[in-house]
Amino acid sequence: MKSTRELIQEKQSNKNIGSIMEKVIPIVLLMTAIISVLTTIGIVITLLVETVTFFQRVSIVEFFTSTEWYPFYEADPSYGVLSLIAGTLLITAIAMVVAIPIGLGAALYLSEYATERVRQIVKPILEVLAGIPTIVYGFFALTFVTPLIKNLYFSDLSIFNALSGGIVVGIMIIPMVASLSEDAMRAVPNHIREGAFAMGATRLEVALKVVLPGALSGVISSFVLAISRAIGETMIVAVAAGSTPKFTADPTESIQTMTAYIVQVSLGDAGYGSTIYYSIYAVGMTLFMFTLLMNLLSQYISRKFREEY
Amino acid sequence: MSSIDKQLIQRQMGKRTFQNKLLKALFFMCIVFSILVLGVLIIRVITQGFTHLDWDFLTSFASRFPEEAGFKAAIVGSLWLMVIVAPVSIFLGVGTAIYLEEYAKDNRFTRFIQMNISNLAGVPSVVFGLLGLTFFVRLMEMGRSIMAGGLTLSLLILPIIVVAAQEAIRSVPNDQYEASFAMGASKWQTVRRIVLPSAIPGILTGSILALSRAIGETAPLLMIGALTFIAYLPENVWDGFTVMPIQIFNWTGRPQEEFHLVAASGILVLLFLLIIMNSIAIYIRNKFSKRY
Amino acid sequence: MAQAQQTAVKHDAIYSVNQFNLWYGQDHALKDVTFDIPQNQVTAIIGPSGCGKSTFIKSLNRMVEMVPVVKMAGSINYKNKNIFDPKYQVEELRTNVGMVFQKPNPFPKSIYENVVYGPKIHGIKDKQTLDSIVEKSLKSAALWDEVKDRLHENAFGLSGGQQQRLCIARSLAIEPDVILMDEPTSALDPISTLKIEELVQSLKEEYSIVIVTHNMQQAARISDKTAFFLNGEVIEYDDTNQLFSNPSDQRTEDYITGRFG
Repeated sequence: MKSTRELIQEKQSNKNIGSIMEKVIPIVLLMTAIISVLTTIGIVITLLVETVTFFQRVSIVEFFTSTEWYPFYEADPSYGVLSLIAGTLLITAIAMVVAIPIGLGAALYLSEYATERVRQIVKPILEVLAGIPTIVYGFFALTFVTPLIKNLYFSDLSIFNALSGGIVVGIMIIPMVASLSEDAMRAVPNHIREGAFAMGATRLEVALKVVLPGALSGVISSFVLAISRAIGETMIVAVAAGSTPKFTADPTESIQTMTAYIVQVSLGDAGYGSTIYYSIYAVGMTLFMFTLLMNLLSQYISRKFREEY
Repeated sequence: MSSIDKQLIQRQMGKRTFQNKLLKALFFMCIVFSILVLGVLIIRVITQGFTHLDWDFLTSFASRFPEEAGFKAAIVGSLWLMVIVAPVSIFLGVGTAIYLEEYAKDNRFTRFIQMNISNLAGVPSVVFGLLGLTFFVRLMEMGRSIMAGGLTLSLLILPIIVVAAQEAIRSVPNDQYEASFAMGASKWQTVRRIVLPSAIPGILTGSILALSRAIGETAPLLMIGALTFIAYLPENVWDGFTVMPIQIFNWTGRPQEEFHLVAASGILVLLFLLIIMNSIAIYIRNKFSKRY
Repeated sequence: MAQAQQTAVKHDAIYSVNQFNLWYGQDHALKDVTFDIPQNQVTAIIGPSGCGKSTFIKSLNRMVEMVPVVKMAGSINYKNKNIFDPKYQVEELRTNVGMVFQKPNPFPKSIYENVVYGPKIHGIKDKQTLDSIVEKSLKSAALWDEVKDRLHENAFGLSGGQQQRLCIARSLAIEPDVILMDEPTSALDPISTLKIEELVQSLKEEYSIVIVTHNMQQAARISDKTAFFLNGEVIEYDDTNQLFSNPSDQRTEDYITGRFG
């Protein structure tokens, strides 16, 4: 019988196939990695090209200064994106009023007060909340939250309104704020807490005066990411917040966000090549810039002000 | 004379512990609130949804009449979509992760790819919809097909899979690489025979969670023109289609209250599917979590 | 060094290391290392932690290149060929030179699959051949009797000592010429250590063995040659008996009598 060594020697001839693989595989893998870069480039080019076409038809000054958004008014359409931005910011503001305190409170409880058992129960529940499709939240906003608010507080609340849309967007974002903030808080090492406890500090004082400042960059960057998510959220506002662009800060009224406008146009029959068709790219570009700015800001905060332990 | 007023400290102490208890309760209420919302949401969907949820609902097409409306086309459409999304996104995501973890040199290009992926994760889904509409539907002339929708969603969930796969690959200990290389194994042999088998549970968990995100995604598919009313089943990936979330959106948007109940039935089916997918993911994660 | 060569019993050198230098970034880890490693003998590398002994043994199969910032100068000849020659196939070197690590590192596969890993990646697929390789390797590693009834169970179920012997069997499966052992018993209990030491003695009939150890008694018990490393330099290299009973360098004497390290 041949020794293993001889067998291996014989197989050396097969090595050629293997060495081809060694050269081909990294190239294939590099291609897959480049797809993600191409996706970004694709997004930017798509938005840019179609937005440029749009601005050949509609004045860029009108787009950014007018507060009138009536693209479907055929006789005299007007494209003032400010009312869509106003709607978006109104939703975002309401969402933050809900998500930031509740998310932060939940994070503080989970990180500083909760026993391991409670954490093991609560964390999966938060994951489930985060995994619910946004259309389901939209349904919830329209069929439960709006009637609830209407019955309890404002009887003249319109069926579609910024308030319930914003609240539900906030609810959707709570898990994100809670889990990112909690990660940041748990990264604060225990010996720093122990120092404060040894001085007789209460848990609250440790949480607010030691842990929170130590985790601040992570916590703030989670808020900024949350804002970005709220700005980009689509289905909840498309279902519950209405489709009447308004330059208003009144949360009981029906409004329209940038995302909801894009959905509205795709549902309609605005033909390829019409000004309305191009307008969704201009709005999409504006939306993209907003969220990109927020994402970069969040990365900058978490990198720049990270506490090193 | 002591500079510390013991009595003052005593009085302060009561106030401080009271504050602590109060705020602890308040923080706890934040968690209770989240759980409460989840509970109400689920109970609402169940009580409303069961009125229409029966065999006919699952096996009929959509209809103008709420009592006849069915979910069949949407269920089948969502499954068809997964036929594209699962292989494409997992292939691209895992490939990217292997490249970044095993082959990429630590240079600016690599850092650029990495930064690009984390930024893609923050791009709103409607913007992916715009990309899909322009690139897949119009430029590549795929039309409003399952293929166009599937590729759009694949790009959307790509960052999630890449990050999960990277973490899974990174958790393979260095001594496993050493053992393999010391046997004369090549890079790819080591990746294929040692690293990937060890990383597969983590990759699977992340992929399933990403796919469940794709199944619930509505906006980008609306944008590329997935239909809200179809009365046929797609036969191949070039056919038009609808999916569960779009059908739910359609029913929710109807003014008749009755259709809201139908929407709730659809939501029940969607959530049921998501719960199954998540349970599988959690099962895999727990079963394989303690190795090495 | 010079007189050490004269007193040594002549064996053909399998490795010949010449003016070998190695840097991790700015850190000069190995300095002008020069000596021959004989065939079918056990060569022990001793020295305090951080002296470069582990770096040195990892240079012998170029595993040291897994550290990205490593730079080298000088040569290490394996069977009269410089292994750092750009044309030298590193996979081929590692096929001929097996390695056993500090911590047992079996793959999370069955015992059988662990042993056949090497043969398989080198293209041997025939079931019968693989079966006989498994039996032969496990017997050589003195593990066969303990595991022959559970070859298809996961290797992680074995004890630490058994895992380490499995790792030895795994490297024997491709019949290398040399086995490098990087502190193979440092994570093991005394009984498992004894078994590995006995194994090393029996393996030297067929293999050349280089073993790094922090345990001087172990070096004295099992090796034929010993090299003493300090701060990246070879202070003394000689027959083991000679080096331990009559060291020629004061620093060697300090180390083996336990005055530092």
